Amino acid sequence: MKVVPPNSVGVVVPQTAQFGPIELQCGVQLPHFEIVYETYGQLNADRTNAVLVCHALSGHHHAAGYHSMDDDKPGWWDVCIGPGKPIDTNRLFVVSLNNLGGCHGSTGPRSTDPSTGDPYGPTFPTVTVKDWVRTQAMLADTLEIPAFAAIVGGSLGGMQAMQWAIDFPDRIRHALLIACASKLSAQNIAFNEIARQAIVTDPEFHGGNYIKAGSNPDVGLRLARMLGHVTYLSDYSMGDRFGRELKSGDIASGHDVEFQVESYLRYQGSTFSKVFDANTYLLMTRALDYFDPARDYGDDLVTALGQASCKFLVVSFSTDWRFAPERSDEIIDALVAARKDVVGANIDAAHGHDSFLLQVPRYLELLSTYLDRVAAECGQ
Amino acid sequence: MREDLRIIADLVEPGARVLDLGCGNGELLAHLQSNKDVRGYGMDIDPQRINACIRAGVNVIEHDLNDGLARFPDASFDMVVMTETLQAVRRPDLVLAEMLRIGGECIVTFPNFGHWVCRAWLATRGRMPMAKHLPHNWYDTPNIHLCTFADFERLCLETGITVIERFAVDSGYRSRRMVNRFPNLFGTTAFYRLGRADGKT
Repeated sequence: MKVVPPNSVGVVVPQTAQFGPIELQCGVQLPHFEIVYETYGQLNADRTNAVLVCHALSGHHHAAGYHSMDDDKPGWWDVCIGPGKPIDTNRLFVVSLNNLGGCHGSTGPRSTDPSTGDPYGPTFPTVTVKDWVRTQAMLADTLEIPAFAAIVGGSLGGMQAMQWAIDFPDRIRHALLIACASKLSAQNIAFNEIARQAIVTDPEFHGGNYIKAGSNPDVGLRLARMLGHVTYLSDYSMGDRFGRELKSGDIASGHDVEFQVESYLRYQGSTFSKVFDANTYLLMTRALDYFDPARDYGDDLVTALGQASCKFLVVSFSTDWRFAPERSDEIIDALVAARKDVVGANIDAAHGHDSFLLQVPRYLELLSTYLDRVAAECGQ
Repeated sequence: MREDLRIIADLVEPGARVLDLGCGNGELLAHLQSNKDVRGYGMDIDPQRINACIRAGVNVIEHDLNDGLARFPDASFDMVVMTETLQAVRRPDLVLAEMLRIGGECIVTFPNFGHWVCRAWLATRGRMPMAKHLPHNWYDTPNIHLCTFADFERLCLETGITVIERFAVDSGYRSRRMVNRFPNLFGTTAFYRLGRADGKT
């Protein structure tokens, strides 16, 4: 990056907040933890214009802008966050964090366990979406944000927004649930389990103690990511992007054949295995699998969502087969039955589950329209 | 507000739960929310109209009526409204049955194909009628199931739908004497309040 693009939040500096002991849902107590986060825009004098962005499986706190002038790639949701963008930082104050258990700066399996002096590794406690929401509320306390104007997330991030609406109804005015589901299907869990098996059966995994062993389960992580990636795209988008194009070789002679799509997946997988922690991947996919807010309310989603007092926007994408539009419809119908305010939209988009991260014009226009009202409600 | 929507708004009980099928820009629901304390939901399939609903502060769900209304349980709304949409769905009879399953009472409006202008077009020109209330050509019209008031009432009779109230208006949304004396000849749009024949709401 030579110059900051005009609609970018520019160069941002992550910050870290410290927290005292917390007892997690699993019953384990963490004596201390850190949350790394970024903010974009200005908090208004009434402290009413804050928007929390929750990340998905492999996301983190760096949602928008650049970490330095040499940075080529902006944050993971830069299409949505910035001056004049759907989450307009000229009007809204955005908070984006790395969740507890993550591997991008917040306390997680790579952090040192004070009781042993070694990395937590596989002993890092199970963390749930409910725990994340609680720690996000603690971060909001630190930032002196009494209530969020909106909490926004795609996929696993949307699940956090949903849990917020149920657990802290007084601290959220709008929940934006994008490409989300109220719980995983057996098929979803199956994909996660294959990914986990790829990691734990890698000989370099060492029962999760790979840091101590001086190694890393690169092969397992790579396979996990390759599998995940296939489920995030649509058949159409893969066909459109790669078709049956060859990267190298010749099918007629059968020598050294490599399709473009193979090369792409390998590249994605190996990049991921270098930056992502295997124990965090296991922890995050478990949090996904266990998410089921209805369970606390007699397995009735209507009663669960009945706790909420915010308004909802529920967005799905036509070619998303990981969290299909029908899964969003379940949420919408439960919200209608619970007599909540809801806008539900199904965006015609070609890129499957990943569409929520992409420049899809109708999607961005819908978010802009909705968040324009959110900003107007807090006088911005 | 559109004149036909004003007429419908008068028919809705204060505090009712309303579902508006083909809600357009949300004008009716916005009016009912602010004037009659109604919690309403609209349905539409057009992205721009959905955005207009958001701007109007109206609940809206993107849904194609041709996919049915099975997503809603029986009697989940006090009133289900459908304006100028019946003639554009694939199976009006099924949509009507579903509306009465999920709603206590329904309000339906549609253009009258029995209006004298339509009859005159067909009789004198031998061509598919076009009129102020039916401005499309036969090949590009969204109205794939046009009917007359008489046709509609026959369907109601055959399927056990009770017509609680009916009145017709002319193209200026006036309910003149001649219009209501010979609605199927002089009415351009009819407003039907419907219920189930078994009287259950």
